[in-house]
Amino acid sequence: MTDSEGGPDLTKGGPEDPIEPAASGDRPLVVVENVNKHFGELHVLKNINLTVDPGEVVVVIGPSGGGKSTLCRAINRLEPIDDGTILLDGKELPKEGKELAKLRADVGMVFQSFNLFAHKTILDNVTLGPIKVRKQGKQESEKQAMELLDRVGIANQAHKYPAQLSGGQQQRAAIARSLAMRPKVMLFDEPTSALDPEMVNEVLDVMTGLAREGMTMIVVTHEMGFARRAARKVVFMADGQIVEENTPDEFFTNARTERAKDFLSKILTH
Amino acid sequence: MFDFGPFFDNIGEILDGFWATIRLAAAAAVLSLIIGTILASFRVSPVPVLRAFGTSYVNIVRNTPLTLVLLMCSLGLNDILALKFSDNSSTTYYWWAVLGLSAYTGAFVCETLRAGINTVPLGQAEAARSIGLTFFQSLRMIILPQAFRSIIAPMGSVLIAMIKNTTVAAAASYAEVALVTKTIVDKPSFASGVIPLFLGVAVGFLILTLPTGYFFGWLAKRMAVAR
Repeated sequence: MTDSEGGPDLTKGGPEDPIEPAASGDRPLVVVENVNKHFGELHVLKNINLTVDPGEVVVVIGPSGGGKSTLCRAINRLEPIDDGTILLDGKELPKEGKELAKLRADVGMVFQSFNLFAHKTILDNVTLGPIKVRKQGKQESEKQAMELLDRVGIANQAHKYPAQLSGGQQQRAAIARSLAMRPKVMLFDEPTSALDPEMVNEVLDVMTGLAREGMTMIVVTHEMGFARRAARKVVFMADGQIVEENTPDEFFTNARTERAKDFLSKILTH
Repeated sequence: MFDFGPFFDNIGEILDGFWATIRLAAAAAVLSLIIGTILASFRVSPVPVLRAFGTSYVNIVRNTPLTLVLLMCSLGLNDILALKFSDNSSTTYYWWAVLGLSAYTGAFVCETLRAGINTVPLGQAEAARSIGLTFFQSLRMIILPQAFRSIIAPMGSVLIAMIKNTTVAAAASYAEVALVTKTIVDKPSFASGVIPLFLGVAVGFLILTLPTGYFFGWLAKRMAVAR
């Protein structure tokens, strides 16, 4: 999957590890309680409750327009919610301003359309947050960034601009940019949906590696293979509601709800 | 009628006038870009008071004739209210002209820049916020640099308009080239050759504005953001 020497070593860990998640206790890392959200008349999130423990990988699947992305984006308040509470590491999401920015720094976000800063090199994309938000030194940040880029297999692209990279490479760079902030939790909003089919796996491999290392992840995706392989918990969302929460094995072989069975029968037949 | 003799007889004064025009245009270019950027930041900010201020400023200043803005500066603020930049009257008129012209051009810079901000995909701002940058950090580091690059060519037009608008500063008693030209024509010794004189001054403006246009065109190509 990689075009750098040696390839990413996704099994190593330890205190020096650049993507070691910030330590937290036994309490749940993300708690979503009774969250509601409307887009005008449309009730997109209906009384959502969800708990994510440290190290847990939650995959959110379901039909388009079911509220998956909105939930994902609500967790770092890119979408404000109407009511309910969202706790991150025990703290409620602040409304706006500096406090919110600080909290967002602890939550990595990977977008469907990568959203790399178009006027900055890959290396500058990855070091911007550590330098400007974490107030880390430039040299230290660049060293860390190169390690991360090496891990996701694009160290040799560090000095190029986003538009010069393939979609898969851009998405891996975007993952490195998020990891550089040493987030407590990573949100993935359909990270492979905008990719050419042959580039999907290189991104999923990086994500699988992260999951294996113990990164807490919430992943909105249509990649059922990834859900089976990496998820601890599958959340099935439809029509703004969480219809079913299950283990991947149970969910894919023996879903409890009719709505989920119907969805699975449509996507797994071919 | 097309004898350029009188033009060249007065070439020294005309060149002095152009030098005054260039000094005014250069200072106003810098100041109007600063004012315009601040106004644009206000107009896209999440703070309602700043947004309201930016919107009112643009709507009032953009819709006021420049002559009126400059007369207000020189006659109103300088002469009546006695707000002076220096004891030297030509220095003080220079700065009032710079200030009036920049305040006026800033409104146009703001609107051009705001159009540029709209060309930056929303995802860029979301990504900036998601790594923990504050609103003004993401505006300064992510949005504005990309917005500026997308509006270099139209910004060239704003600046060319501003260079030509320097002639209105004559109304504010600032002795730039238009006022100098008028003074030459009004001299009792000046008998004929008004048309060559005007043509000469017009060519002088072309020499200032054409390279400006080409420079901004070149810069726009060079700085374009690939997406």
